[in-house]
Amino acid sequence: MSTPIVANGAVLEAAPDAAERATIVVRDLAKRYGDIEAVRGINFDVQPGEIFGFLGPNGAGKSTTISMLCTLVKPTGGYALVAGHDVLRDRDAVRRNIGLVFQDTTLDGYLSAEQNMRLHAELYGVPRDVVGRRMQQVLEMVGLWERRKSTVNTFSGGMKRRLEIARGLMHSPRVLFLDEPTVGLDPQTRSSIWTYIRELKVAEDITIFMSTHYMDEAEHCGRIAIIDKGLIVVLDTPAALKAAVGADRVQIHTADDSAAIVALKERFDITAQIAEGAVTFGVPAGEQFVPRLFAELGVPISAVSVSRPSLDDVFMSHTGSTIRDAEADGSDQLRTMARAFGRR
Amino acid sequence: MASTTTTRGPLAPAAPASGPNHQIAAVRVPASSLRGELRAVKIVWQRELIRFTKDRLRIVTSLVQPFLFLFVLGTGLSRLAGAGTHGVNLRTFVYPGVLCMSVMFIAIFSAASIVWDREFGFLREMMVAPVRRSSLVIGKCLGGATVAGFEGVILICMAGLVGVPYTPILILEIFALQLLVAFAITAFGVMAAARVKQMQSFMALTQMLIMPMYFLSGALFPVSGLPQWLTILNRIDPLTYAVDPMRRAVFAHLHISAAARLTLDPGVTWFGWHLPGLLEAGVVALLGLLMLSIAIFEFSRIE
Repeated sequence: MSTPIVANGAVLEAAPDAAERATIVVRDLAKRYGDIEAVRGINFDVQPGEIFGFLGPNGAGKSTTISMLCTLVKPTGGYALVAGHDVLRDRDAVRRNIGLVFQDTTLDGYLSAEQNMRLHAELYGVPRDVVGRRMQQVLEMVGLWERRKSTVNTFSGGMKRRLEIARGLMHSPRVLFLDEPTVGLDPQTRSSIWTYIRELKVAEDITIFMSTHYMDEAEHCGRIAIIDKGLIVVLDTPAALKAAVGADRVQIHTADDSAAIVALKERFDITAQIAEGAVTFGVPAGEQFVPRLFAELGVPISAVSVSRPSLDDVFMSHTGSTIRDAEADGSDQLRTMARAFGRR
Repeated sequence: MASTTTTRGPLAPAAPASGPNHQIAAVRVPASSLRGELRAVKIVWQRELIRFTKDRLRIVTSLVQPFLFLFVLGTGLSRLAGAGTHGVNLRTFVYPGVLCMSVMFIAIFSAASIVWDREFGFLREMMVAPVRRSSLVIGKCLGGATVAGFEGVILICMAGLVGVPYTPILILEIFALQLLVAFAITAFGVMAAARVKQMQSFMALTQMLIMPMYFLSGALFPVSGLPQWLTILNRIDPLTYAVDPMRRAVFAHLHISAAARLTLDPGVTWFGWHLPGLLEAGVVALLGLLMLSIAIFEFSRIE
């Protein structure tokens, strides 16, 4: 709280009453590990009942932020309120009101699903008379009620994740934090996890805060904050973010990429850049543009692709690189540090 | 686990997943209370027991070492030591030490599970719970002590095989003392596990400490008339103060010559002063509590 933080202008001039109602309030939140600023002063509110997504490459500060909101890591600047409680001063109150699903499993593999659930219920002080009913309810929601007697070590990755989601709901938290809930799962399981998350959104009166680095998953969120290098670069609904990009994305493979970039600038006044190994740029009505491109570019083109704006393009338009490229050259050091500190 | 199992009944009485306004969803978690903390202590303790009973191999393998010491080493060496023991069976003599040793090993293994829990992530589930870290640490230590104490009971059952009489008072004394050792060593292990993050390092560290503690404690030899350097090391070794009262208890129930008693059960002295057995047990208890406090402090610091 002592470090002065440059407010991250792009975000939020929320009305005071909106902030009062908000389930999560974050102001100038920062975390520094020695010389490394993992999170550099971020601001946002999450309203009750929202599915709020945190999107960014690995090492962007997503996990650190979630860890701070969950009281696992102490902020070095700013503050955050979760369910009305300060994460620094009122740690236990925050913990009672949140459910957590981490990137890595935190189940006891030697115990049965039911034993894991009961253990959680005891630790969180769930009243004894509702434990049984509540457990049945959440286990049925994730389709594991029939398997409750099985040892967790016999579960597949997807089942474990579902069990963790159920366990996180056991004490009826007001906010469920999902830190990369589908990482390391196959596409089919990923989509089934999403089905469960959406169903639970209907069944429970709950706010969901999640992080992901899968662009397609961010589309499930009501609002998305894109975070890069410890700062929120933009925050809006997926539709609004895509609409703001406005252009289709064109990628071409050419005989001479640098000549092509120069030619695009000179002949069409388009600024292109290399992304994922191809010359990439945005134009309105891309399909109509391609014939002109072939006719007038003057550099031989071997392949072309045109795509509607996706969150990938949103990310690119705000950060100048695609999420995959950002991960490829993203600060390895930061990532390692964040892990080392974040996972104790 | 004491099961309050819900009757399975017809699947989902009110189709829980579909109704947005059903009542059980509103579990309200109560604010911190002593009762809540006790529930946490109990469940952490219970988990240790469940894990132990599921690991049958561990129950069996952990009995191998005491058997080796008692029957193989004890029997073999008794042929050499016959004259020195004044007719007392060497197995009877080493019994208290071997009992302490096996309890120690089990206790350390129980504490080691914290390191596993960290590696497999489960520790995090406990650390983020809205309970005090001290509850978790106390539950863990009690769990380790119970498991190790159970192992001790098996060895107590074998007392007759090595010439230790089954006198109720004696059994009770041995039981209480070994429980104390189990608790103190678990606390020591938990304290170490707060700092040491890898299983290999943890095992190496504890072996490095446990083995010397065992050998120096007088578990295998009488503690009087030793060279000075060994006497000093022996008196520093905390385990000395667990083995000695246990041996005194055993010898108090044996019918042996005064010479044998003097040689084999001289008792621990501080500068010529004989420590009473109760004080020795107090030393162990105090050290156990000290290590428990350090462990709690260490775990409370971890973010």
